[in-house]
Amino acid sequence: MSVATDLKDAVFGEPDNVLPEHFEGDFPIRIRGLKTAFGENVIHENLDLDVRRGEVLGVVGGSGTGKSVLMRAIIGLQPVQAGTIEVFGKDMADDDEDDEVGARSRWGVLFQGGALFSTLTVAENVEVPLKQFYPELSQQLLDEIARYKVVLTGLPEDAASKYPSELSGGMRKRAGLARALALDPQLLFLDEPTAGLDPIGAAKFDELTRELADTLGLTVFLITHDLDTLYAICDRVAVLADNHVVAVGTIPELLETDHPWIQEYFGGPRARAAVASHNRSKPLDNHQTGEA
Amino acid sequence: MRDWAQYTLEEAGGRTTAVITGPLLVSTIGMLDPQLRALEGPIHQVDLSGAEQVDTVGAWVIHRFAAEANAEIIGASDAALKLLDTVENSASTADISRPRSPLIGRVLENVGRKVIAFFIALGRNIAFLGAIMIAFGSVIRHPRRFRMTAVVRQMEVVGVSSLPIIGLMSFLIGIVIAQQGAVQLQQFGAETLTVNLVGRITLRELGVLMTAIMVAGRSGSAFAAQIGTMKLTEEIDAMRTIGVSPMEALVLPRILASILMMPLLGFFASCMAIIGGAVIGDLVLDIPFWTFLARIQEVVPLYDFYVGMVKAPVFGLIIALAGCYQGMQVQGNAEEVGLRTTAAVVQAIFTVIVLDAFFAMFFTEIGWA
Repeated sequence: MSVATDLKDAVFGEPDNVLPEHFEGDFPIRIRGLKTAFGENVIHENLDLDVRRGEVLGVVGGSGTGKSVLMRAIIGLQPVQAGTIEVFGKDMADDDEDDEVGARSRWGVLFQGGALFSTLTVAENVEVPLKQFYPELSQQLLDEIARYKVVLTGLPEDAASKYPSELSGGMRKRAGLARALALDPQLLFLDEPTAGLDPIGAAKFDELTRELADTLGLTVFLITHDLDTLYAICDRVAVLADNHVVAVGTIPELLETDHPWIQEYFGGPRARAAVASHNRSKPLDNHQTGEA
Repeated sequence: MRDWAQYTLEEAGGRTTAVITGPLLVSTIGMLDPQLRALEGPIHQVDLSGAEQVDTVGAWVIHRFAAEANAEIIGASDAALKLLDTVENSASTADISRPRSPLIGRVLENVGRKVIAFFIALGRNIAFLGAIMIAFGSVIRHPRRFRMTAVVRQMEVVGVSSLPIIGLMSFLIGIVIAQQGAVQLQQFGAETLTVNLVGRITLRELGVLMTAIMVAGRSGSAFAAQIGTMKLTEEIDAMRTIGVSPMEALVLPRILASILMMPLLGFFASCMAIIGGAVIGDLVLDIPFWTFLARIQEVVPLYDFYVGMVKAPVFGLIIALAGCYQGMQVQGNAEEVGLRTTAAVVQAIFTVIVLDAFFAMFFTEIGWA
């Protein structure tokens, strides 16, 4: 919280819903009027989105609504036709790739398939971004960092010296996460982290994400199809439809909107099953009570 | 300039305290870590009250240092304590990469593996050829299963679409042979023999051989990549489950198309090379274009043409066999497709050249010299 808001709270009592207009700390990602297109095919038009600091934001939407494209646009892999994307208060359009303390060293990305470098072991994969950004670190320290990151993401110790092709799908995702966390990022992008995992593996990965987000103070931008993931770990959910973000909020808030896709998505049999299992399994966390 | 993390030593009451100041982040720890590693002497306490921000790398460096010096960590913020706890629980001593055996052992091991792999691959290639023959036999017995459309399509891809590149290549080769040959033969006053040189070498050897190399690079690699990708996306498995034999649907059309198109392409290449030679004859040797072609008819024995045409279908078979075989061997990941494609081209060209040497000796022995 900034001094200004503290002062405002002191004067006006309870903070109202209006968040500070522009403050780096509160919105690691701010998107305004984004337009992306593949040739004639417009993916996003007039898309606005704010990601709050320290939250796990779930991004959902039907197939082809451009969830992954949105992520790629934010991290600069997808050319943007119009609009601005600010990451840590800096416009990505004029971000310099060589800037050593630029946004690139402050985010980590987990791609769908893990995208591990197949010729390197898991530990060597973790060392790649560290060597790239911080050449002054000694090899000894790099090895130590790689070791604890591997264990931190829930992999067995001996996975460090394994090659990606020797790992199962779930382990590969964890190894990808270890590499995404290599630079101790403040912002973590996860692209369908639980896709292709069995329900037990998926639940464990959800748990791990939440745990890491809490311990390391991460802001997480999480693309998912998995309703269980939404209920279990997301603070807020952004819904992509009709080329833009139609709603952002906690799941109870989203249920109050009357957008047909949202109603269908959260009102379907799978959603009801997810709610039921969520209520059964953990009454402990209160991310979804609407007070995020 | 970055704000590096630093330390100072303070002594109080016989206890040494390392006071850490500055941000303890991955971006600022680079200088502090080697200093702490080099630090000698007993340290009793590590004071973190001057550390502004901490991330897991910073926490790890402090944890490692404190654990090694058996020192107590004081003045850490709640966030720092949480991170120290996290990295402590994640400590491990696992290997980063595989231990490597000594060089001599590795060399011997690799050579051994390569030799074994060679013989296994040889056996599998022969087995694959057998499988093709079985598929061919069953197609002959059930002509309805013969895929005419696929064969014609492959003939277009292998043959018709490669006409421009093979034509241009052969034309240029004809030019080079005629021009270089003329320069050498002039020294003996025998430049008119350039006609014999161009006509015989292209029809007997180079026309078919260069075509085979071009087809291997163009179509053999395409076979391997196409079939390999279909293998990866489980299309081949899907075919088998619905009762379509991939041998009959994919491999046989490609093999037949290559066998049929190679003689045609080889003959076309020889003709283009002769035309190239005739152009040079006209320009450099003052042999009129049409006279050059007429002389070809007189000096080139018909069996030179047969030599080329006998070899061509064999080369076609070898190229298609290598491409399809390597494609069917793909498994696992996308990288494999690239490796197998390369292997297909290398295997095809190598086998073609080896067989060409045998053919050359064989035809000379039977009197087609």
